Amino acid sequence: MSIIKSLRSRNSTLASTEKQLEILNCDSFKNGKWQTFREKLIQQNEFPLKPTNIEIFQVNIGYMCNQTCKHCHVDAGPDRKEIMTQETMQQCLDVIAKYNFHTLDITGGAPEMNPNFRWFVSEAKKIGVKEIIVRCNLTIILANQKYNDLPEFFKEHQIRVVSSLPFYNADRTDRQRGTGVFEKSIKALQMLNAVGYGKENSGLILDLVYNPNGAFLPADQKLLEIDFKNELRSHFGIEFNNLLAITNIPISRYLEYLIDSDNFEEYMDLLVRSYNPATVKNVMCRNTISVGWNGNLYDCDFNQMLDLNIDRNAGQHISVFDLEKINNRNIVINQHCFGCTAGSGSSCQGTTI
Amino acid sequence: MEKTYYNPEDLKKFGNIAEFESNLAAKFFDYYGEVFKDGALSAREKSLIALAVAHAIQCPYCIDAYTQDTIAKGCNEAQMMEAVHVAGAIRGGASLVHGVQMMNKAKKLMM
Repeated sequence: MSIIKSLRSRNSTLASTEKQLEILNCDSFKNGKWQTFREKLIQQNEFPLKPTNIEIFQVNIGYMCNQTCKHCHVDAGPDRKEIMTQETMQQCLDVIAKYNFHTLDITGGAPEMNPNFRWFVSEAKKIGVKEIIVRCNLTIILANQKYNDLPEFFKEHQIRVVSSLPFYNADRTDRQRGTGVFEKSIKALQMLNAVGYGKENSGLILDLVYNPNGAFLPADQKLLEIDFKNELRSHFGIEFNNLLAITNIPISRYLEYLIDSDNFEEYMDLLVRSYNPATVKNVMCRNTISVGWNGNLYDCDFNQMLDLNIDRNAGQHISVFDLEKINNRNIVINQHCFGCTAGSGSSCQGTTI
Repeated sequence: MEKTYYNPEDLKKFGNIAEFESNLAAKFFDYYGEVFKDGALSAREKSLIALAVAHAIQCPYCIDAYTQDTIAKGCNEAQMMEAVHVAGAIRGGASLVHGVQMMNKAKKLMM
């Protein structure tokens, strides 16, 4: 059965980030059965974890979403009202312009539900951001008539669209994202294809995000991409560019799923056992900065959802953004970080090795 | 001693068989690792074969391991169940084909 409300609105104990962190730092870490993430980094002389250089400026412009997916690390949903103001967006634009970041990665919730979303994208385009990513959940395009022209808007601004589609069939997709989501996602993908997205030589990039619909790691990204391309092309005539395989991080509603399904211990064990030292050099927190809806700065979107603010010495708000300090900070880590270092590694851009 | 013959936790201890005899265990695990690498068959195809065999020999450890492994390799539920049906068909067929032996004998004995 799919969840219809966020943890926050259900007053779940897991709505508390302190509670989530307490669960993550479970007995198996305390009694030494598993090494902590910090211990793993110390072992390979990578502690404290340091940034390389900020290339991706990721902005979460609000937790409101038309969907309530079972695995959502944001705890997003229609009832979430946290939303970025135009003033904060302007502060982001000023910082992007000042430091000439290569990529602006806009996420949510459903970022398109922020009333200033289109303004933000247009302004970012004006200041010459080379790559603008919008993390579009697909169904938003059909959620209301006012969103139906999003494919044209994306095309006009040469947006790289990155969309979640956890599987190439309705059964697995709907179990994770809600009844009817697959069918709407397919229609939305066809609308994106119709304006050129995912088509060869169009220059309009449409990437799909796969994340496991259960307590397991993603399969090989390239093999999954072949499966997705074959299945979506043969059944629905859909084309896309790349599949990004992302590991589920054990926080928020995915953490709730793990606990409710009695998979938490096994999944954490899997993440710890699958720790791959080679992934550390490419973890996304080294080249990404995450900005929350209220302008607070974080090392990644997951730390944002756990209220793990960026290193105090680096300046914790967009209004005091200083790249030199940001590039010299110590990255804040916890046990959820094992999600980004398991197997082939994981980031918002897919696998990392 | 355990009160049951099978304990899921023992699956993770498979490697411990080397404790009593390391030489043969090392040879076995080397061989095992080689078998499941990509070759003329892909690692995914081999995992599905292993899942089918696991059901044919009804090994709970193997069913656990290769359910996880096939999912982790991107197989879908239909592929996994078809693999189990292959095991079922071969097992059922193996019994039924002996029906010919029964018929041969019966026909010889009866007018």
